[in-house]
Amino acid sequence: MRRALLYAGVAVGALVMLFPFVWTVITSITPGAGLGTPDLIPDEPGLDAYRTLLDAMPFWRILANSLWIAVASTLLQLVTSAMAAYAFARLNFPGRNGLFLVYLATLMVPMQVLVVPLFIEMRELNLVDTYAALLAPSIASAFGVFLLRQAVAQVPIELDEAATIDGAGHLRIFVSVVWPLIRPALATFAVLAFMSSWNSFLWPLVVIRSPELMTLPLGLSTLHGQFTTEWDVVMAGSVISIIPIAVLYLAAQKYVIQGVARSGLK
Amino acid sequence: MSTTTSSRPTAVTPARKRPRRRNALRYGGNRLRYAGIVALFLAPSLIPLTLFTLVPMVSSLWVALHDWNLITPMEFVGLANFRELLADGDTWAAFGHTLGYIAGYLPLVYLLGLAAALALNTALRGRNVFRAAYFLPVVTSWVVVALLWRWLLSPSNGLVNHLLGLVGIDGPGWWTDPTWAMPSVILASAWKDLGFVMIILLAGLQAIPGELYDAARVDGTSTWQRFRHVTLPLLSPSTFFVVVISLINGFQVFDQVYVMTGGGPAGSTEVVVQQIYDLTFRYGRAGDASALSWLLFVVVLVVTVVQVRGQRRWVTYA
Repeated sequence: MRRALLYAGVAVGALVMLFPFVWTVITSITPGAGLGTPDLIPDEPGLDAYRTLLDAMPFWRILANSLWIAVASTLLQLVTSAMAAYAFARLNFPGRNGLFLVYLATLMVPMQVLVVPLFIEMRELNLVDTYAALLAPSIASAFGVFLLRQAVAQVPIELDEAATIDGAGHLRIFVSVVWPLIRPALATFAVLAFMSSWNSFLWPLVVIRSPELMTLPLGLSTLHGQFTTEWDVVMAGSVISIIPIAVLYLAAQKYVIQGVARSGLK
Repeated sequence: MSTTTSSRPTAVTPARKRPRRRNALRYGGNRLRYAGIVALFLAPSLIPLTLFTLVPMVSSLWVALHDWNLITPMEFVGLANFRELLADGDTWAAFGHTLGYIAGYLPLVYLLGLAAALALNTALRGRNVFRAAYFLPVVTSWVVVALLWRWLLSPSNGLVNHLLGLVGIDGPGWWTDPTWAMPSVILASAWKDLGFVMIILLAGLQAIPGELYDAARVDGTSTWQRFRHVTLPLLSPSTFFVVVISLINGFQVFDQVYVMTGGGPAGSTEVVVQQIYDLTFRYGRAGDASALSWLLFVVVLVVTVVQVRGQRRWVTYA
């Protein structure tokens, strides 16, 4: 009896969590949704909303932007963070601890503090409304350095020493000894970096103007500005935005959940 | 700025008589080469961090000391911006709205997350499927979630008021009503973050040794007593973590507010970051905006430090 109640509770919870996604799809295939509450099963389902959406905005381009920006910033952050992590864990140089503290300090400052001066800086550099401006703040990640330094430090130093005896230099050790051994940490970090780029909104909102350069969150918010009450169009955009990340999430579920459980960053 | 430190060969200490590592020994004879290697590993992260984080950090403080509309030259005003902000009712209102958001969001998301974690910590069939379902909103972007909830909570033809109507309840105006706008934002936020809290608490629950429950059972305790005296205390490190992170994120709430209400209606959801955005890009008051962002940063820092200091009182580490 108690089990049945528990099961019912969990199932109702899952319905509350999942049904809004189903509702997104239903709304997007109900022409004229927004004039009334759509039916659970639309009378005359249609893809008009998707056509309107693609006429109004270069939505495939926006989707591609989001994807390549997320992939590029993830790859950049993986490489730059892992290299710095190697330097902090394995190389001796004066001021190492002080510099690491500087890295940590940048972690404390939220995007909200940076957004105004960063916008001004981009304006000085003539980079407002460019891909470069979109990517700039996510080339390096102090959080990644912090996370990966722990991983590098756990690689037995004897492996480095053995490689050194074989005549390998630091670059070689980094590429063929350390990198493969910290792969689980890299995967965790990659998931977090990808999600944070994919979902990032404030910075694109501030620095991007042209529809062709927008990422999905910005494109969607702009779309809503144009089609305030045409919910079928807005939900069509949402469906297109949800599908890639949902597929990716289901494929990499283990890493996503581990990554979140480990870091607490969103 | 400190990029030069690592690339400048003179900045490297003379080779130690007995290097700590054999790697250092290998390159000890060639300091220039070693400095080059250090630079090679650090530059890819140090240069962008300097340009796009450190420089803006410092210049943000600089801007905060000026009156500036982003167009005409800056005018130095010292700490006047901070003084004006503290005397301005709008600032206090923005912090008030932010606290109101936190006061509604944190208990709601924690209790729901805890309930989900406790339910899914049992040997329930298909619990991995449920876990995945509860977590799906976490990976969905804030803008999508905010638009979805704006639609679900649409006063005239949203699904929620439609369902309420079926059971004879006349639903409120949600985000169009100053009283209900903040609860709408809170509801959407709790729905999105519930899975995140659940995952953190599940990890905490799974770390509690089963013998403790067995021992408590032998002592003839009730389920509630076991929950109260075994689960809750041993879960407190995870709870602490959730509270710290949620407060930091709560103070910085923006995306969902911007999309769902834009700070309205009648300024009822004008939270601090929305205020920073409006000051800069609507009113051209970049100096005030920078000053406000530092005020927010200090508040978050103080709140976090107080929690870390105060954790001994209620957080039990097994």
